[in-house]
Amino acid sequence: MASESSHETYYVPEQSKFPFFASIGLFLTVFGLGNVLNDISADASVTGSTWTALIGFTILSFILFQWFATTIRENRAGLNSAQLKRSYVWGMSWFIFSEVMFFAAFFGALFYVRTLSVPWLGGEGAKGSAGEFLWPEFQAAWPLLVNPDPSAYPSPHEGLNVTSWSPAFFAGYLPFWNTVILITSSVTLHFAHVALKAENRKRLIQWMVVTVALGIIFLGLQAMEYVEAYGHYGITLDSGIYGSTFFLLTGFHGFHVTLGTFMLAVMLIRCLKGHFKPNDHFGFEAAAWYWHFVDVVWVGLFIFVYLW
Amino acid sequence: MSTSAALDHSHDHHHGPAKGITRWLFTTNHKDIGSMYLWFSFAMFLLGGTFALVIRAELFQPGLQFVDPSFFNQMTTMHGLVMVFGAVMPAFVGLANWMIPLMIGAPDMALPRMNNWSFWILPFAFAMMVSTLFMEGGGPNFGWTFYAPLSTTYGPPSTTFFIFAVHILGASSIMGAINVIATILNMRAPGMTLMKMPLFVWTWLITAYLLIAVMPVLAGVVTMMLFDIHFGTAFFDAAGGGDPVLFQHLFWFFGHPEVYIMILPAFGIVSAIIPTFARKRLFGYDSMVYATASIAFLSFIVWAHHMFTVGMPLAGQLFFMYATMLIAVPTGVKVFNWVATMFRGSMTFETPMLFAIAFVVLFTIGGFTGVMLAITPVDFQYHDTYFVVAHFHYVLVPGAVFSLMAAVYYWLPKWTGYMYDETLGKLHFWLSFIGVNLLFFPQHFLGLAGMPRRIPDYALQFADFNWISSVGGFLFGFSQLILLFVVIKCVRGGKKATAQVWEGAQGLEWTVPSPAPYHTFETPPDASLIKAQ
Repeated sequence: MASESSHETYYVPEQSKFPFFASIGLFLTVFGLGNVLNDISADASVTGSTWTALIGFTILSFILFQWFATTIRENRAGLNSAQLKRSYVWGMSWFIFSEVMFFAAFFGALFYVRTLSVPWLGGEGAKGSAGEFLWPEFQAAWPLLVNPDPSAYPSPHEGLNVTSWSPAFFAGYLPFWNTVILITSSVTLHFAHVALKAENRKRLIQWMVVTVALGIIFLGLQAMEYVEAYGHYGITLDSGIYGSTFFLLTGFHGFHVTLGTFMLAVMLIRCLKGHFKPNDHFGFEAAAWYWHFVDVVWVGLFIFVYLW
Repeated sequence: MSTSAALDHSHDHHHGPAKGITRWLFTTNHKDIGSMYLWFSFAMFLLGGTFALVIRAELFQPGLQFVDPSFFNQMTTMHGLVMVFGAVMPAFVGLANWMIPLMIGAPDMALPRMNNWSFWILPFAFAMMVSTLFMEGGGPNFGWTFYAPLSTTYGPPSTTFFIFAVHILGASSIMGAINVIATILNMRAPGMTLMKMPLFVWTWLITAYLLIAVMPVLAGVVTMMLFDIHFGTAFFDAAGGGDPVLFQHLFWFFGHPEVYIMILPAFGIVSAIIPTFARKRLFGYDSMVYATASIAFLSFIVWAHHMFTVGMPLAGQLFFMYATMLIAVPTGVKVFNWVATMFRGSMTFETPMLFAIAFVVLFTIGGFTGVMLAITPVDFQYHDTYFVVAHFHYVLVPGAVFSLMAAVYYWLPKWTGYMYDETLGKLHFWLSFIGVNLLFFPQHFLGLAGMPRRIPDYALQFADFNWISSVGGFLFGFSQLILLFVVIKCVRGGKKATAQVWEGAQGLEWTVPSPAPYHTFETPPDASLIKAQ
């Protein structure tokens, strides 16, 4: 194998303890969580199940930390050929595609209830007769402020949707500012990437700090909006389909922003440590793609959850 | 990069596998991981088969004799879940692990550690899923399709564990699929152009895309269930403005591509075996590739043909009926090509070929009943009857499962270095072939006569076909122990296999010795070995 041909050796790692122990951690996490949920439903003590989930999650986090650290070490030791790096690129791209499809399920649910099932329940169209038999008084509307059976699902008082197209309204409309913040963060992240490629370390770190800060501000505003929704608008998880779609769409997005902010914060630390080279910074790029993806999802949310 | 470091490192690879249990727990070797997938899936096949035999024992006669109806429902549910997610899908992933790097001249899968993670999630997920049978309130009892509100409002408490098991199984499948795509797109030996890839590689590439597109949707729909059950959301409850039919749309948007996930790699296997034993090149290679891609595309726009009776607008029923029938066109291309490959070939009938030919015939029967079910007004009659059960078992058992058995016999000498016992292999084939037809063919008649599925008892006029079906079920089930015996015997020894194994076999996997060395193609094979299919 000593030939110096154009073919670089593809690095196949030695045995690794990570996958097996990560599986144990993942299993304990979900098994514990399942028990927590079932214990709450059964009014039982959640102490044991909470510990199971926490221990599992600790194992999983610890293993993933070590796993990523190892891959970073391998790359810095020069073990990764250009071909291997392409595998990482393909891997991250298709992972993001799978995330797109995850959100597609929730967007699909939103489109379905808004354009088909809620109007049917209100008596519209060929399938409207069921609604007339079930809840004859029910009026289709969006935001759905009177549920078909308000005794089972307490109705929200008010929606969060855009109610006016005047500039004055948008100036005080929190989701609009969140959109501005997230789009700005994508731009600042791009500036950071440009600075990284230009080997301008100072700029890189400045723009990364700004990006992470914008992510945290977004999350803070989102938390404020949730408090408002619960406290003043009566929009809760159990307030019918408007709250269900609102919280799961924005909640999973917020969860992804949290993860993305964490990833960018790690990248900031790695920038400070000087891990990246202008031609070799896949970790940075992967986190950046993820961030841009989260941004695009938000634009979809803003259009379909708030403006529509 | 520093070439010397890489070379030093690759030097370590010339030793064999590690000793003891850690070889399997901590491996990064695609052959080890492939073997674990295959053994795991066989264990799940026997477990899911045992559940099926409980069902067939109960249905042997009218009346309730062995189990109570609630347990019967748990058996139909767990049988489906274990067979789909535990037996068929992991078996194909196991074959992908073993064969794709060998077929494209790659040293391993693209992301070897993640590969092992994909596998090790499975035993834990199934331990959790199967343990629900012993939980208070019993296991999931709402069918493998877990329609809301059966699975939300009326499901047992163990549904929570079922949901989390599906989540982590989905994570495993997505990681596996990403690995397959990265391997195929990035790891092909020089000269292995896309249109020179064996069809098994092509079909797996397309299957991996299907997996990445639909497993997240399944994760989404079980997440909605979880929130409906524990957090009071109203996705599937009309009282809160949701719709139980929404569940069905989301489930089948996953579910229909899922059935192609279970059959496309089977097409690839059969497309490898038939040319070998007909001693001819595969007829219409290009059209096979395009037909596979067409089937995959169509699989995304036909899902509501599972829901014709649920109350859909007429336009929806018409669209899904015609779109579904379109699938018969690319599938017909494939069947035509397999038959044309055999036409005037120098055929011999070793066990893999017998399973492959049975696949072509019996899968086609399952395809025909699929066209019948696609016709909306006719489906109103067949829906939720044993006709549907017969249809999808014909495509899954003598379809997907027969292709897996064909694959095991075909590549077993390459894996073990020994020839399997041909006499026992043929015995296994004939008992399986007779058993499977006795088992499922009468179910067509039961369904057409109106016997509903997922029912532990039935009217007297269905008795005859049911006992025939049960006899076939036990014959088929116990015949699989022959396969277990043949494989163990072959692992332990026998006639030495050559590298070529089969006279007419083509492809890179036959250029390496039998058994395939622990590490293969650490340097790419000579491009002259790579021929057009």
